[in-house]
Amino acid sequence: MTKGGTKGDRIAKWLVSGPPLLFLLVFFVVPSLIMIVTSFRFPGEFGGLAPLVVPAGEVGGEYGLTLEAYQFFLSDSLYAEIFLKSFGVAAATTLICLIMAYPLALLIASSEKRFRNLMVLLVVLPFASNFLIRIYAWMIILGPESVLSHFINTILGVFGIAPITLLFSSFAVLVGMVYVHLPFMVLPLYINLEKHDPALLDAAQDLGASGWQRFWRVTWPLSLPGVFAGSALVFIPALGMFAVPEILGGTGDILIGNLIKDQFLGTRDWPFGSTLSIMLMLAVLSIAGLATWFARQSGGMKYAE
Amino acid sequence: MQNRNFRLWFVAALVYAFLYIPLVIVVAYSFNDSRLNTEWVGFTLFWYEALFNNKEMLTAARNSLIIAVSASICATVLGTMAGLAIHRYKLKVLPILVFTPVAMPEILLGVSLLLFFLQVLHLTLGMVSIIIAHTTFCIGFVAIIVRARLQGMDWSVFEAARDLGASPWQSFRLVTLPLIMPAVVAGALMSFTLSIDDFVITFFTKGVGEPILPIQIYTMIKVAVTPEINAISTLLMLLTLVMVIIATKLDSGMLRGEARR
Repeated sequence: MTKGGTKGDRIAKWLVSGPPLLFLLVFFVVPSLIMIVTSFRFPGEFGGLAPLVVPAGEVGGEYGLTLEAYQFFLSDSLYAEIFLKSFGVAAATTLICLIMAYPLALLIASSEKRFRNLMVLLVVLPFASNFLIRIYAWMIILGPESVLSHFINTILGVFGIAPITLLFSSFAVLVGMVYVHLPFMVLPLYINLEKHDPALLDAAQDLGASGWQRFWRVTWPLSLPGVFAGSALVFIPALGMFAVPEILGGTGDILIGNLIKDQFLGTRDWPFGSTLSIMLMLAVLSIAGLATWFARQSGGMKYAE
Repeated sequence: MQNRNFRLWFVAALVYAFLYIPLVIVVAYSFNDSRLNTEWVGFTLFWYEALFNNKEMLTAARNSLIIAVSASICATVLGTMAGLAIHRYKLKVLPILVFTPVAMPEILLGVSLLLFFLQVLHLTLGMVSIIIAHTTFCIGFVAIIVRARLQGMDWSVFEAARDLGASPWQSFRLVTLPLIMPAVVAGALMSFTLSIDDFVITFFTKGVGEPILPIQIYTMIKVAVTPEINAISTLLMLLTLVMVIIATKLDSGMLRGEARR
């Protein structure tokens, strides 16, 4: 916007950008680096970390840096399985969110202007309520004594199928995940769809395209940047989620997030916990990179603005 | 066309129902005269009474308020600066540092801050560590809102102020700040709600001392579910609702974020 400018401008630049930069360097960059270093250290005897240097007067023991935590990660296929499972759950969450959010976003975008903001607000509002409360709500709905459970089991009983429990299952985890992340999908989709020029659909109709063709050949390709943005916004937090499986899942529904949490607040193996966190970070970075790349590829078709 | 619109409305109604029915159930059962959240027995305010007699819960609420107010003040000041700087200057590092904590899974921020506090600062985890942690992720949200507001404005206003001889500080105080004020307040309110609702990062940086609201709720959910949770949930929803309404009244562009140009 401005070129270099006067000395006063340069001072102003540092005064404005300096404090947030410093704060985030200390409380975001340094902690991240420490997490990386921690992943290469030995766990302490009673949790935490072993010292980096050999304490005076002591012989043997494990000090310094090591690849042990990474080797441990690779040694047991259990961890790879949990990673894969977390990817699966996050992908399923993203897909269900997309299927639910798309018609809603389309409707909001095609509504009259004066209703749009209210309709968007109605999507965001439940999201503004406490995260735990939203999960807790499903604990009530899916509980064994709930109306829904009774209803489903009565129907199953008619067909002679044994009653099922909804809570503490993979199903409950998926429902909770979708519920918690849905607004993240609606917003970017709506922001994209709102910019579409209705004249394009009219033109397609004039050229004889059916309703389905108009959607599939015009609206959908144009909305791809929104689809990728929304998918990334759902997939990334879903991948690191631990509270939903913790509250709604059974013992077999452990995801990466739960594994990481246990290393820090349960078994206290910090190096292994850091290793898992770094693996998660790498996964997130590649997903984010991929989404940006796809969005750019499909961005060539973007005409809005 | 009519038919298609009807189908869209139908699906959208289902999605809205999916979004709201769970919350309505939570609120309804907070007035239910039964220990179990299973069927409607009768109206009572007993659970609210129990809540207001629960010393630990009240302390937790007070602590969470202190944390939310402190964190939102810090985040608003730093986030506004960041939003201004990112909009005004071509910066490479700051945008990455500001927006990454917003985009990455919360658990990673929680873990790295936990390690940092314990290893480097040798800080006893508690209120201070939570305030710092909340500030870290709230800065990004404030910056996004402030920047969206700036993007909707004509930069020549600021240049004019400078041309008329205003110092950078004068032009900020007299021109920029009043213009972005709605976004600043909206950012502050958003930080407040994010902080008071945050569970994951609080969970990692909380330590063992003072009770904090989300942790208290989590313990109740895990250990003993009573409609007291519904009561506190209802009150929290009310608080957030008020905050959101004020924020949207102030800056209607907030929801649409970067779409505003």
